[in-house]
Amino acid sequence: MDYSFALQQLVYGLTVGCLYGLLAIGYTMVYGVLRLINFAHGDLLMVSAYAGFFGIVIFQIPWPVSFAGAIILTALLGILIDRGAYKPIRKSPRINALITAIGVSFLLENLGLVIIGGRPKSFPMPDVFAGSILLGAVNIPALSIWILVITLVLLAVCLVVVRKTRIGMAMRALSRDMETVMLMGVDKDRVISFTFALGSALAAAGGIMWCMKYPAVEPFMGVIPGLKAFVAAVLGGIGNVTGAALGGLILGLAEVLIVAIEPDWSGYRDAVAFFLMIIILLTRPTGIMGEQLPD
Amino acid sequence: MLQIEDLHVNYGGIRALKGVSIEVGEKEIVSLLGSNGAGKSTTIRAISGLVSAQSGDIRFEGKSIKGLAPHKIQRLGLVHIPEGRKVFANLTIRENLMMGAYYVREKSRLSKLFDGVYEMFPVLESRSQQLAGTLSGGEQQMLAIGRALMSQPRLLMMDEPSLGLAPLVAADVFRIIEKIRIEGVTIFLIEQNANAALRIADYAFLLENGVISLEGPGYELLMNPKVRQAYLGGVTEET
Ligand SMILES: Nc1ncnc2c1ncn2[C@@H]1O[C@H](COP(=O)(O)OP(=O)(O)OP(=O)(O)O)[C@@H](O)[C@H]1O
Ligand SMILES: [Mg+2]
Repeated sequence: MDYSFALQQLVYGLTVGCLYGLLAIGYTMVYGVLRLINFAHGDLLMVSAYAGFFGIVIFQIPWPVSFAGAIILTALLGILIDRGAYKPIRKSPRINALITAIGVSFLLENLGLVIIGGRPKSFPMPDVFAGSILLGAVNIPALSIWILVITLVLLAVCLVVVRKTRIGMAMRALSRDMETVMLMGVDKDRVISFTFALGSALAAAGGIMWCMKYPAVEPFMGVIPGLKAFVAAVLGGIGNVTGAALGGLILGLAEVLIVAIEPDWSGYRDAVAFFLMIIILLTRPTGIMGEQLPD
Repeated sequence: MLQIEDLHVNYGGIRALKGVSIEVGEKEIVSLLGSNGAGKSTTIRAISGLVSAQSGDIRFEGKSIKGLAPHKIQRLGLVHIPEGRKVFANLTIRENLMMGAYYVREKSRLSKLFDGVYEMFPVLESRSQQLAGTLSGGEQQMLAIGRALMSQPRLLMMDEPSLGLAPLVAADVFRIIEKIRIEGVTIFLIEQNANAALRIADYAFLLENGVISLEGPGYELLMNPKVRQAYLGGVTEET
């Protein structure tokens, strides 16, 4: 196999992996505090993409403002989803919440379809993200560098929030014992809202970058990345933020590896994720960085 | 300070409390005794809002707190140390204590609270950066008490703090409870260790199958033949 071809694939794998990772962090954080797989999480990517698209194309707002607005809007939607759909059934069996999550996901997708229509819209790429660097025979798109840097920064921010701040401490406490957190006088719903906001904001950032990489915005665009991010979260050990990012990278790299090894298999790229998931669930169900569950 | 009136709590079809009335006076130690399944934890959980009562009333300093969310009740100064200590095993000892003082923003006040707890429990200070899960059962109980003290309770409710502790450690716990009372905190103590609990209690209630079957000053219950028979193993000599 050609050396520069391998490097080229590596760049590609890292880029996609970062995006999976960003999305996976939100999955993992919400799961961590609520033990809920928020299946609507992937669709937030679509919401933020549309918000960014409308900001720039329709309302002609400068891109940094549009992107920031899209992220804030998506974060608020994350809170709204929790308050509107999940909070009323907090005390119900977990399966109810799971079904509700699937319902919310369908709702968002179909709202997108009804309000905006199914025809893919092309996402504008601001000039800063365009262009590429040629390193020997390897072509590194500027966007890939941006995605890597932004992902690392957001991951670092997340880790600091979770490990060093008061609200992060409450998130960790909540993941173990919701009842005792309440006995500490902590309003758990505020902590949960914060978790949704943070996770959704990351998904939004991921969504915007996703759209610059694959510039077609359509109502179902979040489905596959959402599923893959879920796999990445499980791979890394659901509930673990670093694990989620790592799971994303591994998945991204595995997907390009399969194509690099045998180009004819490129059609099976999407199957890699699920194959990996089956392997991990069979061999190490708590994921790469997940702790062994006490219960 | 705390009045419980004719409290009824059901779990589905199970009637756990069938009309419990308890009063806790300011700066007292009041004990609630009873065997397994009598409804002790249910009583304390109803007070702190973790379970909802079917009927009856719970008043704290004259105001009804029935139906309030647990975190709001806690912030009135009614602090509940749950059965089984429930320290956050995945948080450090210092973070556990911080959870107790979650809303204290002022640095100086926070450090004063830490000093107070560390003075009472030096072991917590020396191990402050370790995960709470690494502590022994006795140390975890100290942490649970320390964490509750960080909340500056006006009334501290403890659910079986001596549960599963070696006699010497349990004795420590009871000494600490008395010390906390001297500092002006009212204490509502749930125990199965009737002997120790009655010794430090000003007043005590005996709960049986969801009803209060006996109440009186601690020393009186300690002398009561029925209590001696059922809860003190019939032992008569003083220790
Ligand atoms: N969540 C619940 N669902 C159904 N029944 C419950 C629940 N919690 C407690 N009970 C029942 O209510 C009754 C009182 O339980 P409670 O926990 O208050 O007893 P307790 O006096 O604290 O006992 P122990 O000394 O064992 O802690 C028991 O019969 C128990 O089985
Ligand atoms: Mg109990």
